[in-house]
Amino acid sequence: MMELVCPAGTPAALRAAVEAGAHAIYCGFADETNARNFPGLNFSREELAEGVAFAHARGAKVLVAINTFPRAGAEPLWHRALADAETAGADAVILADLGLLAHTAEHHPNLRRHLSVQAAAANPDAINLYAQAFGVRRVVLPRVLSVQEIAAINREIDVETEVFVFGGLCVMAEGRCSLSSYATGRSPNMNGVCSPASHVAYAEEGPELAARLGGFTIHRTPKGAPAPYPTLCKGCFTSAEQTGHIFEDPVSLDATQLIPALARAGVSALKIEGRQRSRAYVAQVVRSFRAAVEAQAAGQPLPESALARLTEGQAATTGAYAKTWR
Amino acid sequence: MDLTVGPNPFFWTAGAVRGFYAALARAPVARVVIGEWVCSKRLPFWQDEIPQAVETLQAAGKAVALSSLALITLKRERKLTADLAATGLAVEINDLTALHHIPEGTPFWVGPMVNVYNEGTLRWLAGRGATRICLPPELPLESVAVLAQAGREAGVSVEVWGHGRLPLAISGRCYHARLHDRAKDNCQFVCAEDPDGREVDTLDGQKFLVVNGVQTLSQSTASMALQIEALRDAGVAALRLSPQTGDFTGICRGYAAVLAGRKSGAELAAELAGQVPGGRLSDGFLSGPAGAHWSGAAAAG
Repeated sequence: MMELVCPAGTPAALRAAVEAGAHAIYCGFADETNARNFPGLNFSREELAEGVAFAHARGAKVLVAINTFPRAGAEPLWHRALADAETAGADAVILADLGLLAHTAEHHPNLRRHLSVQAAAANPDAINLYAQAFGVRRVVLPRVLSVQEIAAINREIDVETEVFVFGGLCVMAEGRCSLSSYATGRSPNMNGVCSPASHVAYAEEGPELAARLGGFTIHRTPKGAPAPYPTLCKGCFTSAEQTGHIFEDPVSLDATQLIPALARAGVSALKIEGRQRSRAYVAQVVRSFRAAVEAQAAGQPLPESALARLTEGQAATTGAYAKTWR
Repeated sequence: MDLTVGPNPFFWTAGAVRGFYAALARAPVARVVIGEWVCSKRLPFWQDEIPQAVETLQAAGKAVALSSLALITLKRERKLTADLAATGLAVEINDLTALHHIPEGTPFWVGPMVNVYNEGTLRWLAGRGATRICLPPELPLESVAVLAQAGREAGVSVEVWGHGRLPLAISGRCYHARLHDRAKDNCQFVCAEDPDGREVDTLDGQKFLVVNGVQTLSQSTASMALQIEALRDAGVAALRLSPQTGDFTGICRGYAAVLAGRKSGAELAAELAGQVPGGRLSDGFLSGPAGAHWSGAAAAG
């Protein structure tokens, strides 16, 4: 059966995901070492150790994301996170930075290493380099690849692949995007945040609500209509005579229907985005996907998707998995 | 401190490429990186210009390296990358894929699309053969200073993005094609219509971004004109100037004059405002609250 890798932003979400059938949970410490460094989110050292014990007692794994790029002059903060993840009993760490991978291979050789999507390793040569140089055992593929390309990659590598199937969708190659810091000074790579709420401002202007990020208008919606969060790459902009969602519509990823194709492509693990999501949301999504991967493994048709409810009011896409998206 | 000219991000005609490098041979720059780093589909249209450009630049005493693509997914693109390593010229890697093809110990350069944010990464790349690293443009001055020091210790020259629209993102999707209601596979090379990229404004008319095929750049042109002293103090070895249309060799001469003390940074900045596409400058990644910020804005009133 394909491994279902589920997000947990809080200890409560971790327990909910494990109880809903997650095979593995990924989470991070409450600081800039992980790429979901949001206020009120993530784990203390104690909470992680408790979470690992809870998950292990129920046959689930815990993967710790230490996937930002350490700040020059401040590497010890990231090195401590690695050591503490190993001490807490983490089953693997998810890393993106070359220096941190080298440090882990040298100082924590027995700690299993997964390559974060933030490393954007998009072909067999890059993946094999990470495998050979740092003993990486699994790579989370960037969201720029089609299913056919994923299958081709799996034929040329010996490590496992993990792909995103549900939740937020980066339209840019991850780990290589500084749109957010251009507008706000804070970026995924350096600070673990994208389009941070601290830099969002809403203003009622005539019949419209303007949503701005770092002073740049990301979209305008009629007053009273639902206003999506102003994520930079999902904004509405103007270019020459055209106005619209030039990069991507405010959609989220749903590749449920592609689970059989991804299995045939040799994918080992399916990842659900959303460490910032509520415990109830996580439990519902996990339950639905667990049923789907079980059906797939048993050669049965996928169960009627219970996910429609979760994406209701918001469009979903299969993103780059379908070649026409490009 | 000296000057490096980076690879051209935009899709220009073969004739424009030829003229650009012929002129650049006379510009006061120490080295040039040439090659396609944004979209492999463009390469057949201008790759025949590369050997002549390399020869001309080398004859003019400039060091030359070939750039890899920044996003490599197709088999054809992997082959192109492997071929680069076999040319015998220095290679500038803009994706780790290229490293897979460079034998350990062979010297190479590292471009701004490789994430070098800290000393550990710099040292690992140096150990693998890196001799020159252009840092990611989003790094603040404090990080630049730490990395320049680490570079000196490891025998690596550290460069900073000195001039040009900032490469902010790269994608599997082509935004130029999308603006023309086409998919990437049927793009009909529409990015050639915008030799400095196509501007993307906010709904309030704020100048914001530029799309260039699969790449997204800043609308403002980053310039270190007002930061040269700070970068010199930090131990930065070179400024990277990124190609644009117009009098690019004149722009190179402007930076060279500031480095030589013949012109002030403020004078250069004032000149540049009239020379860069869109007319706006920024240096906020290095020292401001956000990348789009321009430290000269207050002085200019």
